[in-house]
Amino acid sequence: MTVELGDTGTRIHRSRIRLRYNWWLGKVMSRFYREIRDQSKIWGNKCPTCGLVYVPPKENCPKCFVRMNELVEVSDTGRLLTYTIVRYAVPFIQPQEPPFALGIIQLDGADTGITHILGEIDFGKIEVGMRLKAVFRDVREGNLLDIKYFKPL
Amino acid sequence: MEKVAIIGVAQTKYMKNNPNSHDEMAFEVTNKALEDAGLTIENIDNSVTCTNDFWDGRTISCMTITDATGSSRVPTTNVEGDGTYGVLIGLMRILSGYHNITLVVAQSKGSIGVPSLITNAIFDPLYERMLGLDAVNSAALQARRYMTKYGITEEQCAKVSVKNHKNALNNPHAQLPLDITVEDVLHSRLLADPIKLLDTSPISDGACALILARESDAKKICKKPVWIRGVGHCSDTYHLGDRDLSDVSVLESAAKRAYDMAGIKDPKKEIHVAEVYDAFSYMELMWMEGLGFCERGGAGALIDSGFTEMGGPLPVNPSGGVLSAHPVLAAGLARIAEAVLQLRGEAGSRQVEGARVALAHGIEGACGQGHCVYVLER
Repeated sequence: MTVELGDTGTRIHRSRIRLRYNWWLGKVMSRFYREIRDQSKIWGNKCPTCGLVYVPPKENCPKCFVRMNELVEVSDTGRLLTYTIVRYAVPFIQPQEPPFALGIIQLDGADTGITHILGEIDFGKIEVGMRLKAVFRDVREGNLLDIKYFKPL
Repeated sequence: MEKVAIIGVAQTKYMKNNPNSHDEMAFEVTNKALEDAGLTIENIDNSVTCTNDFWDGRTISCMTITDATGSSRVPTTNVEGDGTYGVLIGLMRILSGYHNITLVVAQSKGSIGVPSLITNAIFDPLYERMLGLDAVNSAALQARRYMTKYGITEEQCAKVSVKNHKNALNNPHAQLPLDITVEDVLHSRLLADPIKLLDTSPISDGACALILARESDAKKICKKPVWIRGVGHCSDTYHLGDRDLSDVSVLESAAKRAYDMAGIKDPKKEIHVAEVYDAFSYMELMWMEGLGFCERGGAGALIDSGFTEMGGPLPVNPSGGVLSAHPVLAAGLARIAEAVLQLRGEAGSRQVEGARVALAHGIEGACGQGHCVYVLER
């Protein structure tokens, strides 16, 4: 579709780009999502140099640049590092209708944060430092949203 | 190090729905920068362009901008990122000894797409992208973390917005010159707590161009060369949860490199004007800390004291900053362009009197993952 832009002497052509991708997860993230799907367990991995436990796990430590081979199971509970409440709608990309809350959660046993949705939560009572617990979906597909959200503990 | 100067600058007016196309904007600023330098396209020996495929809507957008920048018969390469990094490549080209007068052009037309869809694609498709993260809500996560850690208030963030939109009243290139109050910012539409509409920048259409030359050329061509005295850049890790989002150590590292190169010992005293990448109001406060204008957590008190106001000891974003015009990719280049105008004494009613040393700063990635800092001197 082409439309005139006011009296500017220029026109706008409307179109859309449609692209399909098959993303490779890599071994570490494949394992991470498999454990969530099949066992309802959350795993991270530990850097042999700095000792930090990354959740979600990484192929290599972003700081030390060494491969991280030691998988570590962490808790499905943790504390909230930061949060926001998304109050605007964007077509296609949002996991649920706004308003919804997002947060970064440091799970017990992890040194980094996992970004996720906060659910079963009163928006007015969200506080940095509050304790949260993962809620797993009944039907799982092997991706991040197999964790439905984190709810107050 | 051989000295390299900025000898020409040009900007479009930044706006929503600029009736000019990508090519028209790039052609406009290329010609105006040449005119500013007193040169013609035949004098340009190489160019660096800054585009991004998602913002441009075309893949290999680096090749789409060639014709409109007069780059079809010279060595040209592209930076997929902020214009400050384009200047870095241009600077290194000249310092290599193999290139002379260098054109740097950055452009984007935010109006052509849906910014949230584009910035959602910053994130890992197997992870954070599935959560609907975008530039605004990821910034909200950073703002909350920063404000919680240091007790920075929403009022202090709002003061940045008030100051910069007011400064924009004196900048003919700005998109959003506004005379607003802290209350207006606090009561503007809540987008993603604690970020409100007036804490955010408008995604603009616009282009900016600079021309660089080595000292021997610059002194022949230009009456008011502005010298690049120092530059530094540094990046943090990719995933938000692997960083402490309140931590500004990579900006400190970038700034230290620039300050060391320029011989700056006390940036708060030795820099007379700063243009920083305030894509959100809280970012200006964080970047003040990373740039060493105050201690960590001290930027709230700094804005309260009026230190960074026009007429204060260190005016920050006299142009109105990114809050008043955000042409993605060109926004960092626009910071340098404004710093050049300030150092030449050509900034009109927003001129910082006696400015001899200026700082310009650009960012890359979500929540300021990467930073590029320049120290410029007249």
